[in-house]
Amino acid sequence: MTVLSCSGLRKRFDDVLAVDDVSFTIAEGETYGLLGPNGAGKTTTISMITGVLERDAGEVVVDGIAMSTHAIAAKRLVGYVPQELALYPDLTGRENLRFFANLYGAARERVDHVLDVVGLAERADDLGREYSGGMKRRLNVAIGLLHEPRLLVLDEPTAGVDPQSRNQILENVRALAAQGMAILYTTHYMEEAERLCDRVGVIDSGRLIAEGTRRELVERLGERDRISLQLDGDLTHATAVLGAIANVRGVAPHGHGLELVVDDARECLPAVLSAISTNGVVVRSVEVTEPNLETVFLHLTGKALRE
Amino acid sequence: MRHALLIAARDLRERARDRTAYVLAIVLPLGLAGVFTLILGNISGDSQLFTYAVADADRGVVARAFTDDVLRKAAASGAIELRTVSSEREARALVDDGTATAAFLLPAGLTEDVQAGRAARIEVVGDVDAPTGTDIARSLAQAYTDRLAAVRTAVAATVHSGVSTPPAELAAAAATALPRAVVAEDTTGRRQLDAKTQYAAGMAVFFLFFAVQPGVTGLLDERRNGTLARLLAAPVPRSSILAGKLLTSVAVGVVSMTVLVVASSLLMGAHWGHPVGVAALVLSGVLAATGAMAVVAAIAKTSEQAGGWQAIVAIVLGALGGAFFPVSQAGGLLEKLSLLAPHRWFLRGLADLAGGGVTAVLPSVAAMTLFAAVTGAVALLLFRKVVRP
Repeated sequence: MTVLSCSGLRKRFDDVLAVDDVSFTIAEGETYGLLGPNGAGKTTTISMITGVLERDAGEVVVDGIAMSTHAIAAKRLVGYVPQELALYPDLTGRENLRFFANLYGAARERVDHVLDVVGLAERADDLGREYSGGMKRRLNVAIGLLHEPRLLVLDEPTAGVDPQSRNQILENVRALAAQGMAILYTTHYMEEAERLCDRVGVIDSGRLIAEGTRRELVERLGERDRISLQLDGDLTHATAVLGAIANVRGVAPHGHGLELVVDDARECLPAVLSAISTNGVVVRSVEVTEPNLETVFLHLTGKALRE
Repeated sequence: MRHALLIAARDLRERARDRTAYVLAIVLPLGLAGVFTLILGNISGDSQLFTYAVADADRGVVARAFTDDVLRKAAASGAIELRTVSSEREARALVDDGTATAAFLLPAGLTEDVQAGRAARIEVVGDVDAPTGTDIARSLAQAYTDRLAAVRTAVAATVHSGVSTPPAELAAAAATALPRAVVAEDTTGRRQLDAKTQYAAGMAVFFLFFAVQPGVTGLLDERRNGTLARLLAAPVPRSSILAGKLLTSVAVGVVSMTVLVVASSLLMGAHWGHPVGVAALVLSGVLAATGAMAVVAAIAKTSEQAGGWQAIVAIVLGALGGAFFPVSQAGGLLEKLSLLAPHRWFLRGLADLAGGGVTAVLPSVAAMTLFAAVTGAVALLLFRKVVRP
């Protein structure tokens, strides 16, 4: 079931076209990663989806409710975790949560629940300003969860967070998706996107230039897994043997060994090692390289994600 | 409205933890009003501020008339305290030791001199440390001697014209017709506030403009802190966000003014007047202050910038409106410009309330409400840009 449907989103700031014809959907229980370099249009897109920013064109539909005609009702279904720490430092963690719970009409019990979820129950009555950076990030996430939204929008939720808090946030996101929440996630950390996201969309200069699962994107670019072997023995014979294995697309000399281009390295590796060992060639080392989102991103945009 | 109240309640909770808010809204205005009253209160005549000694060596009708008709009446009105002493030496001693602000020395032969057509002379001995009180004493004496001279001239002219009325009767008639030198609380058709109330009210309305600042600049703080995006993403009408911020300012202003009215009454003896009239003035004054500060906040880009501009506007309006000194008495352009400041109307409303009934405040309430309506409308138009999606 589709929870979020964006179609033809467009936003212009003076002479700059920040977002141009962006469309995508997110299904129930799906985590969608929106990746792009700084200034690509991620936050503008998110701001239009959450209703913070008005669209010049396009439509946002949340669980069947259009933002253009029923903004208040649609917003009730969206939880928003902005990139900046959006907290009141002179209120306690609990007071921050109660305020937003009241605004969203969430039950008071939800305050204690989300405090438990993000691991802040013991510090709930401390002022926000007394929290560490990681605790503030967790409280920032907790506010977005208060009203049990159908769609949770997280804009760089782990930026500048300690490893412990980051892991907790990622685990929370994974658990929420497992419960059926649709999640829109932006991050600068590629490993987070690979770990969390079922699908990703790559946005650059305001346009969504690619979309799909990691493997779909990798294959679309013609990138394949590689297995590098350092060997002792008859490399000519080994080349012939390895080239005959299914899913091995190519074999080429590589240093003191061979490099194989394969469809799925993890699937092929046992057959590769078995074939070599039965032909008298000694394996000194094995290195598997899987094209990742960083590779895809670099290929698509010509930039590293952190640029 | 529920959302606006929630936003205002949150703001107020945060403000309640900010000590500077108490300083600006209560401690400073009350403290400064107290200091002003202590320093300047003695020149305004709201009680027996000046003690005058009078030594009558003449014992004649002219000296008695000055003592009874001028000095004793002023003392009876509460404006001065009068001490009659038996000798010039005693009078000078009272002035020297600071007991008396000034002494009137009515020399022997004063009545004879007047009746003989010679110049009347009343000597005033003043305390060098009390120039204002001495000036007032000198003015009283001067007014009386001028009046004597006028009467004498009038009688002489009448006698020379051949009228048969006895000179004594002519003198009495002329004296009655001439204006008397009086010291009274009423300075114009409208009553003035006593010094304590004047300074308490002036400081209260001056600092009111600072007290209401945090509410209306709160929107800029929310934007800086990132919480504005969260509010805009919440299922809340944008008008409720604006209303909540304005409500915060109004609530802070009303509480601040109420505390100041009560505290200055209890601690300083200020007389604010009928509670209903004061409440109407306070509410309309708070609305006017909120409107003015909201316009400034809506123009500014950051809360720091807004704070600076708001301080300038508050000081200029305060000075123009007579929060420190009664600018309205200056007359001319300044007097006309002062009508633009809510402070002027607030203080005028209190003065009207002191001199009349509750309805006397209505013109001032109307003026401040109009000011609030105009500035509030402008601020809302400007603020819409901040919260526009």
